[in-house]
Amino acid sequence: MERDDLIEYSLHGHHDEAKGKEIRSKIYKVTILLTLITIIEVFIGASIKQSSDWWTTVKIIFILLTLLKAGYIVMVFMHLGDERKYLRNVILVPYFIFVLYLIFIALWEGSAVGSVWETMWQ
Amino acid sequence: MAGHSAQLDAKTLWGGKESPFQTSYGKLMMWFFLVSDALTFSGLLIAYGFTRHDAQDAWPIGEETFNSMPFLGHGYPLLYVALMTFILIVSSVTMVLAVEAGHRMDRKGVTKWMIATVIGGFFFLGSQAWEWSHFIHGSEFGKIELSDGSVAIVKGHFGEINNFTVLEAGKKHKVGAVIKEDLMHQFQHAAELGHLEAGKIHLADGSVAKINKAHDHDMKLIIKKSGKLYKVGGKEIKGKKAEQLYYESLYAGEKNRVIYGANMKQNEYGPQQYAQFFFFITGFHGFHVFSGVVINILILLGVLSGTYHKRGHYEMVEKTGLYWHFVDLVWVFVFTFFYLL
Repeated sequence: MERDDLIEYSLHGHHDEAKGKEIRSKIYKVTILLTLITIIEVFIGASIKQSSDWWTTVKIIFILLTLLKAGYIVMVFMHLGDERKYLRNVILVPYFIFVLYLIFIALWEGSAVGSVWETMWQ
Repeated sequence: MAGHSAQLDAKTLWGGKESPFQTSYGKLMMWFFLVSDALTFSGLLIAYGFTRHDAQDAWPIGEETFNSMPFLGHGYPLLYVALMTFILIVSSVTMVLAVEAGHRMDRKGVTKWMIATVIGGFFFLGSQAWEWSHFIHGSEFGKIELSDGSVAIVKGHFGEINNFTVLEAGKKHKVGAVIKEDLMHQFQHAAELGHLEAGKIHLADGSVAKINKAHDHDMKLIIKKSGKLYKVGGKEIKGKKAEQLYYESLYAGEKNRVIYGANMKQNEYGPQQYAQFFFFITGFHGFHVFSGVVINILILLGVLSGTYHKRGHYEMVEKTGLYWHFVDLVWVFVFTFFYLL
């Protein structure tokens, strides 16, 4: 027996040609942007040495550009930006809580272990 | 895409019947799977960060390790991986275009863009195969242990080996014979075993030959492990001094003074863990790309046979699309943390 109280959300994604055109032009814009960011990253990476005084700044720029790229991929290509706020939060919030904590603890610990090893070798 | 009932208030949404997420079960589960997979990859990259933080200056730099292009040789830092990134971004774009065509029930459009996505996936896998092969075989110079106990990686142009002229006969080669084949391989093999001495090579059959080799150019030693004289993070050793130190070790007649390429135990680029992380992270990602390509092909078959058209929506394309974009997303992070930083 078919149930008529279930909502078929899969059908809600449909749109017409006019909307499609709009979406496509957005996709092409994002493509160009992502390519440009990659080119900039490679250019900076190839021209500034890690021994340079600027390296810390470069590192931060790399991470910010990566997050920007990731943001565009998730929000536009995976159209999480068009989903409901609740869905967005259910996916992003737990992930960021875990990962930020893990990054903090691992890098902190990594530096500590590194300095212990250094003193052991001397 | 946006739900139809954006005007619903929170009470109605959470009151039952309507899903508060306004999304089908399949899509929601794909998202949850992606979150867990994202945590796996984060774990790997953070473990990489941990190891790198405790190794400090000994860790190899992306542009030192990855500076080759197919057919063009060395001296193109990071260009190849940038190309791989670009390929993956483009195949992500064709995927999102397939999803968009699906929302218009445009079966031809979906087919076209799905085929493009599959091709992009194969291009990426091929690039990664080349990258792995290059990483495993390594450079012409290798990594060398210098006389003071320090370990250095070597940059520069390796002078070509023209031939070996046999000086003392062995089981296979006679005196005066000129060997012209498989030179680099024999040279590196002998170097690893310590079978080289000033300008001479002891071949596998017991013969001794003179090495006729062009001069190296622009040699540079970068210390990756401190010794008595040379320290990690110290000045680069260049030119004549570098050549003298390098060949002194290469011709020392000792085993394992030089390492070429990479395997799970040792590698010429830096600490042991470096190659292990390279193999594991890019391998795990490559495995995802491979499964993505397989899934994309299956979905393409579904599109071609009209399964989704009959169903009235192309949500299967959208779901695999999510997975495929995720693979691209992971690569963006691998690119930054493994190659750029």
